[in-house]
Amino acid sequence: MQRYSVFSLVGRALFDHAGWEPAWRRATLKPTYDVVVIGGGGHGLATAYYLLANHGVRRVAVIEKGWVGGGNVGRNTTVFRSNYLLEENIRFYEHALKLWEGLTERLNFNLMVSQRGCLMLACSLGEMNALRRRGNMMRLAGTDAEYLSGDEVRREVPNVVGEDEGLWPIYGGLMQRRAGTIRHDAVAWGLARGASALGADIVEDCEVTDFLFEGERIAGVKTTRGDVSAGRVVLATAGSCTLLAKKAGVRLPIESHLLQAFVSEGLKPLVDTVIVWGGPGHFYISQSDKGGLVFGGDLDGYNSYAQRGNLPLVEDVISAGLGLMPNLSRVRLLRHWGGIMDMTMDGSPIIGAAPVDGLILNVGWCYGGFKAIPAGGWLAAHHAATGAPHELAPPFALDRFARGRLLDETGNGPVPNRQ
Amino acid sequence: MILISCPWCGTRDQTEFHYGGDATPVRPAPGDADEAAWFDYVHIRDNPRGPHRELWFHAFGCRQWLEVTRDTATHEVLATRFAGPAAASEGAAS
Repeated sequence: MQRYSVFSLVGRALFDHAGWEPAWRRATLKPTYDVVVIGGGGHGLATAYYLLANHGVRRVAVIEKGWVGGGNVGRNTTVFRSNYLLEENIRFYEHALKLWEGLTERLNFNLMVSQRGCLMLACSLGEMNALRRRGNMMRLAGTDAEYLSGDEVRREVPNVVGEDEGLWPIYGGLMQRRAGTIRHDAVAWGLARGASALGADIVEDCEVTDFLFEGERIAGVKTTRGDVSAGRVVLATAGSCTLLAKKAGVRLPIESHLLQAFVSEGLKPLVDTVIVWGGPGHFYISQSDKGGLVFGGDLDGYNSYAQRGNLPLVEDVISAGLGLMPNLSRVRLLRHWGGIMDMTMDGSPIIGAAPVDGLILNVGWCYGGFKAIPAGGWLAAHHAATGAPHELAPPFALDRFARGRLLDETGNGPVPNRQ
Repeated sequence: MILISCPWCGTRDQTEFHYGGDATPVRPAPGDADEAAWFDYVHIRDNPRGPHRELWFHAFGCRQWLEVTRDTATHEVLATRFAGPAAASEGAAS
């Protein structure tokens, strides 16, 4: 692997950037591996990286149907945070946040991690009390949370509605300063490069079509480029995980839903943090380094594999945005897109052993998968390498649904489109 | 925009409707003590890519529950009828 540094950059710039190697090897599929990871997205690549880096597993393959960075890891709003309500979730996402803080140096790849903060807003005393409760839970679980009054919010983000303006003047907020945004494509490329340098085979344009069984045990996968036998298989796909799991004889408590996201034309600096408004409308917004406002809201609300959304939700999200920041009314939309979310019945992911031997699940990321990438990979790699769950993983096991130990962050019950 | 043909009201925008989820799970009989059947009913869904039978409530129309068959890969609505027993549904639609 070529190491990147200011010296390598300057050195190559002097010679017209000749001699740069591809960031990762184009591998061909071998017949046998210790661990095969299905899905070359953020979680699949992180799983492969930590299998090699933390556990010394030597023969690892990542099998990707499309191309690295072509799935949800390249189709999100790039936010990372750990401002959850339930202790198990806070501890897990805090693990991810701490890993993000050091991942650029560890991967020698600039992920452009920007800890610009995440500010959740409240419009009433009741909403503020709910945010304070959340903040208290975060502090008890060991992460940072700061309570802001309405005036303090308006000093931090002057573009939100004032005290006497609009239908929903801002009453207060909850700030997590260590949260922020990351360059999402760099995450895919950096992890692919890191895993490949340690010896993982990343095979793109190769679809897993079925599983190979040895008695009751999964012993490999069938792909469009031939059969592969494996000691363990990690399922880390998004969007189609229920379809693949069904081929392994596993039915998952998951529905596929549609989430849209939006980018505006480039503007001068307007929002220097991540604003989340979960009150009368649902709206979150940040600004990219190119100046585009990156924002989103709720799910479209019906089962879908279409990767494209409908206009009623576009209107819904944008009207919520204008309710919060009226000065966006003349901003033009540059592009918007839809992705498939594997929504679980409680809104939390599924990490751990599947009920069939030899298969590990890292699925069901709802719409929180991006921020969790290093921790999801860390936990799945631990389980695949050692055969036992990581200490943070048991609350996310698949059997929690049958045992009634749900991680229902929103308290909506088993309704996937309301999580 | 998804257009749904309501048997009472005709073809209307999706914004008049409220999504009610998968129409295929069958609620176990109240006295049924089999935990596995309840677990399946509450949590497990087929989640097909393709035709999907689902419930929509015509909230800003006739306020009837409909069973819509819709393709989850293309959003095309394939069939619509009143939710509930087939005979009653056909009687009301005619």
